[in-house]
Amino acid sequence: MQRRLLMKAALTAVTLTAFGTTAALAENPVLKIGFVGVTSGPAAAWGISNQRSMEARAAWINETGGYTIGNTTYDIEIVSFDDQKDPKRAIAGMEKMAQEGIHYVVGPNVDDGAAAVRPVAESNGIMYFPYAFPKSLYQAPASNAVLGMVANYQSGPAIYKYLMENEGVKTVAFIAANESDPLSQRDGGVEAATALGMEVVSGNVTYQVDTTDFTPVLTPVMRTQPDLLVLSGVSPANAPQLIRSARELGFQGLISTETAQDAGVLAEGAGDLANGFISVGGASTPELASPMMNEFVQRYTDMFGEYNDESNTKVYALEYILETLKADPSAITDVAAFQATMDTFEAPNPYMNGDAKLRYVGMASFGQRRQVAVPLVVNVYQDGSFETLFVAEVD
Amino acid sequence: MEQILANGVYLGSQYAMIALGLTLIFALMNVLNFAHGQMYVIGGFVTYTFYGQWGVPFVLALVMSCVTLAILGALIERFLFAPVIKGSAREESTMLLAAGIAFFLDAMILLVFGEKQRGVPKIVDGVFNYDFRLIMPYDRILICVLAILSIVAFIGLMQYTKTGRALRALAQDRTAAQLMGVNVDRYSMIGFALGAMLAGLVGGLLVTITGVNLGMGGPTSIKAFMMVMIGGAGVISGAIWGGIILGFMEAIGLAVLYQYGDITYLLIFVSLMIFLAIRPQGLMGKPWG
Repeated sequence: MQRRLLMKAALTAVTLTAFGTTAALAENPVLKIGFVGVTSGPAAAWGISNQRSMEARAAWINETGGYTIGNTTYDIEIVSFDDQKDPKRAIAGMEKMAQEGIHYVVGPNVDDGAAAVRPVAESNGIMYFPYAFPKSLYQAPASNAVLGMVANYQSGPAIYKYLMENEGVKTVAFIAANESDPLSQRDGGVEAATALGMEVVSGNVTYQVDTTDFTPVLTPVMRTQPDLLVLSGVSPANAPQLIRSARELGFQGLISTETAQDAGVLAEGAGDLANGFISVGGASTPELASPMMNEFVQRYTDMFGEYNDESNTKVYALEYILETLKADPSAITDVAAFQATMDTFEAPNPYMNGDAKLRYVGMASFGQRRQVAVPLVVNVYQDGSFETLFVAEVD
Repeated sequence: MEQILANGVYLGSQYAMIALGLTLIFALMNVLNFAHGQMYVIGGFVTYTFYGQWGVPFVLALVMSCVTLAILGALIERFLFAPVIKGSAREESTMLLAAGIAFFLDAMILLVFGEKQRGVPKIVDGVFNYDFRLIMPYDRILICVLAILSIVAFIGLMQYTKTGRALRALAQDRTAAQLMGVNVDRYSMIGFALGAMLAGLVGGLLVTITGVNLGMGGPTSIKAFMMVMIGGAGVISGAIWGGIILGFMEAIGLAVLYQYGDITYLLIFVSLMIFLAIRPQGLMGKPWG
């Protein structure tokens, strides 16, 4: 009898709690934004920083009353799908988004996944924001992909030119993981360096994605004694090990990459050996980060226990989607309206100090506005944190 | 040439250690432990937490990795593998269970340790440089020596202790061992714990060189399986030879074939396929299992 009473009481409590929660969430209608990317396996860090950036920002918006688009205030819900870096899974993820009636998706994180989901996205009226660089994704007749970051063929030449002019760099060596993204970034880098008049002394050394010890891989590259070693498309997991091995093999030159990195990971994995390492960041340094960026970092840290510097570049996609929808509320269900708005859209960049703007660019690279205008901030790592080397504009 | 030899010895010793635990578990229980790589990763993270985060001396942190993984291995054997082996005669049941454990451990690692690459301070500073013909950081030399000593200690344990003899008897013939009075359940658990402990030990050792991250488990398991297949599944000396051979193939391939891109592993896989077609039981395995 007592047990039955206890069970009834527990059931009542659970029911009331569930109703209470639903009632609290149901105050605003929900706007679902999707994420399809890699959150497991060796490349998990790429997608998790995306997903957590979106979740941290959505929680912040919901906590402060929701996001107003037109006359309606929405709670933001992030619907995530782990594609495991597998194009087949990425397609399944995008189909899931279509089934849920989602029209705006961040991801996928890699080239083949982004290419694979294109037919699904275009046939189901989904705009998606990949972190993948192939130009064909963004050039007409492709219509629904928007590059979510600065591409290596945009940042690479800027970095090489800066280093040629300021550091007297004349020779360069490239090393890349043996998979599509890093290899295409390496090829783009070799092309850009050659066009600038640099001598490419080593351009075909690659390593397995799961390599953990880079000394044997780097030994032949180090024999070429380049002024600059470019780690093409390097993941944050591999960057410290590559830097450490290169320095231990006696390399004295500069080391750079065109991907975003995390200062904490570099500090732990390479320590002082990472000093001088050049990478691409977002509004990451104290002089660039606005109070809103600082609050985002704090909220992300509170929510997940630790911030990831990669999120400096990944905080933008959700903001772009919401701000563009705010500019034309009919775009919530009509991506054609979204695409039309992209051509003229402009809003203040809330994450950077100064008068930086959120707007869509890409005319020079793609012939249409299919890239978010995030600042090209080139950082240099020094004693545990990033310092701004220079800032440039894309397009 | 000196550099290739040094890289081969270094890679071979660490690979041999990774393969040892896997082949031990296979020999004792006929279980392909797909979660071996995840156990290696947990070993790395435990050492990272104790040594890198809390400042505990490295040796103590390494012991903590071994103890943690031994306990984890014992629990997994007692509460997961043992009931499944008793309840199902089909080998794929244990394979599916091992795969499930691997996914579960991956998820747990993400929850507990996060998605980032982690690293610890170097245990020894400095680089040995012989006229730029042989360059090897001192910490790698130390880890290589420790790995070789651990392998020797493991062989000693298996050859000269009562536990080792019981484990070898179990590996040779489970029924005969039971008839001779070996407590099969107890030694199965000890063997699984020992295999997991070896994964933890090598994870703890290598975190000082390679760091550790969530995604290392799967690729580590695949590499360990390759070494075991080369040497012969379930044969301790085979795992050691498999590791050494793979280490040298990798070191030679990376040094000689670099100008052709990353074809080293392509050639290794092709060689492995041809080798297994000719000798499916591996170098030291027996054709009858």
